[in-house]
This record gives sequence, C-alpha cells and structure tokens, in this order.
Amino acid sequence: MIARQRNRQPASAPTAAPPPPVTDRTVVRDALGVGLAIGASGLAFGVAGVTAHLTVWQTCALSLLAFTGASQFALVAALAAGAAPMAGVAGALFLSVRNSLYGLRLGPRLELPRLLRPLAAQGVIDETTAVAMVQPDRRSTRIGFAVTAVSLYLTWNLTTLVGALGAGALGDSSRFGLDAAGPAVFLALLGPQLRAAGETRSVALLGAALALGASLVLPAGLPVLAAVAAVPIAGLLRGSRKSGSEEAS
Amino acid sequence: MNVWSAVLVLSAGCYLLKLLGLSIPAGLLDRPAVRRFAALAPVALLAALTALQTFGHGAHGLALDARALGLAAAGIALWRRAPFLVVVLVAVVATAAVRLLPG
Repeated sequence: MIARQRNRQPASAPTAAPPPPVTDRTVVRDALGVGLAIGASGLAFGVAGVTAHLTVWQTCALSLLAFTGASQFALVAALAAGAAPMAGVAGALFLSVRNSLYGLRLGPRLELPRLLRPLAAQGVIDETTAVAMVQPDRRSTRIGFAVTAVSLYLTWNLTTLVGALGAGALGDSSRFGLDAAGPAVFLALLGPQLRAAGETRSVALLGAALALGASLVLPAGLPVLAAVAAVPIAGLLRGSRKSGSEEAS
Repeated sequence: MNVWSAVLVLSAGCYLLKLLGLSIPAGLLDRPAVRRFAALAPVALLAALTALQTFGHGAHGLALDARALGLAAAGIALWRRAPFLVVVLVAVVATAAVRLLPG
C-alpha cells in the first residue's frame, strides 16, 4: 500500500493539472489492455498459418517459440508464395532485428538479475517495449513489462490455436476475400510507423517498388529480401541531396 | 529444408536476437547506423510484403484486382485508427464485396 503512495510528481509541480499518478493498479490495467487487445490478433495468424498449408502444430509452434508477430506472418507468407524456406527465414529474421535494439533499451531500465534474463528475453517485442518504456520508475517498468508479456503471450497463443483450428473450416482462401487478409496484416503493422516523420515513407515506397520490380524476375522469397536494399539506397539519396544542397548554397 | 526446420530455425534466431539485446552492453550495438537499419529494415520489408501480396499474381506476374480495393479500404480504416483486427476484417469484407459485383 505504501508503494502506491509514492509521490511520483516532480517536486515543483506546474500549475496546470498534473497527470494522474501512476499506481501499480494503473500500470497493470494499461498492460493488460495492450496484452489482451494485441494478443487477440493471434487469431489472424492462426488462420494465415493454416491457409498457407502449415499444420496446426507448426502454426502454434511459431507463436510459442518465435513469438514476434511480424516475423511469424512474414515466414508464413513466404512459404505460401512457394519461397525457399531459407529465404523466408532470412526475411523474417531481418524483421526481428529490431527486438535486439528493444532489449538494449530495456536492459538498463529493467535491471534484471542475470538468471531471469533468458526468460524475460522471450517477451522483448514491440508491445512490451512500448508499455515498459513509458513507465516513470523501475518498479512500474518491471510490472508493465511482465504483465504485458505474460498476458500477450497467453492470449496470442490461445487465439493462434483457435484461428488455426477454425481456418480448416473456411476452405479456399480466395473465397470471401480471405487472400486480402495477408497484405492487410502487413499494412496494419506498417501503418503506425508511417506516421513517423523522416525517411520512413520514402523507404516504404522504395521497398515496395523494389520488391514488385524484383518479383518480375527473381524467384519467390527473394523479392522481399531485395526490399532491404531500400535502406542504404534511401540513405545514399538523402546524403547526395544534402551535399547537393550544400554545394548549391 | 522442410517447413519444420524453417519454423525451428526462425524461432531460435528470433530468440537469440531478443536475448542479444538484453545481454550485451548498450554501447556495443547502439550506434546510429545499427539503429537506423533496425528501424528502417522492417519498414521496407513490411511495405514489400504488403505490395507483393496485393499485386502479385502467379510466379512472376502483377495484377490489379479486388485485393487492391480491399487494401485501399483497409488503408482508410487504418488512417481512421481502427484496431488491428478491424483493419484486417475491412480488407476481407471489401475484397469479398468487390468479387460479388457482377461483371
């Protein structure tokens, strides 16, 4: 109880209405909200896995073991397109490099004992990082991370199983427009990033164009990897534009 | 390499990438170039996956069909900040509706 009464407002509170105090209860509530809402999206993954001709077990194994949504969807999409499995794995791994950087930022905030790190690592994903990094102190950072990770893990795996079992009943995926679910998933994952300023949008457009162009000649799986070239190309374009404008001025 | 190996190799790789971040000193990987790549590579890949699955047709073809309209509808839902599953559902329903139209 005492813990809840810790004063987290700065000593010199501004005259404007102070933000509501962060209590263990509000952290748990916010974390559960994210965990349950995003976890429900496992339904879409379960359907995607089985319509891509993975077995229910393979689909569930990805959610249990890989547990990072975008990479799971990417592997399934590559296998469905007839890509070589290794090309699909490479694309999916590129997508999950960002989790390493999340870990770098979370590590000093969580200050976990060495023995807990291997367990906590499985929970280092977009949503847990988003919840944990906005907490004001170590205690609420740990609570936010743990509650988001556990609730999201349980919900994601449960809904993956439900989706995988249910997908068999749906049959041909191009009936009803289910084949539009795949690209919509990737668009929904991409959407929040496009709101950010900077070179994000040019990288997205360039990546899409590179992949479509490459798909005319390269075998399945490789066009997606070709899109990674958009990152250095956008960097070079930006660099040359910068130096160009410097020369002009 | 069969599907099970792909599942297991990806799982091991994803786990090691997560553990790597938690385990090494921040200064080692936290450089501007690495940060930029980790932020932008997913953007390029997700955009590529969206485009390929919307316009891809057969082995090496492109097509503009009902999926594109479904994705446009999903884009509007996303822009209006609809939740994840609603965005996906809008794409599915809009694509199905276009296919139901005669002609």
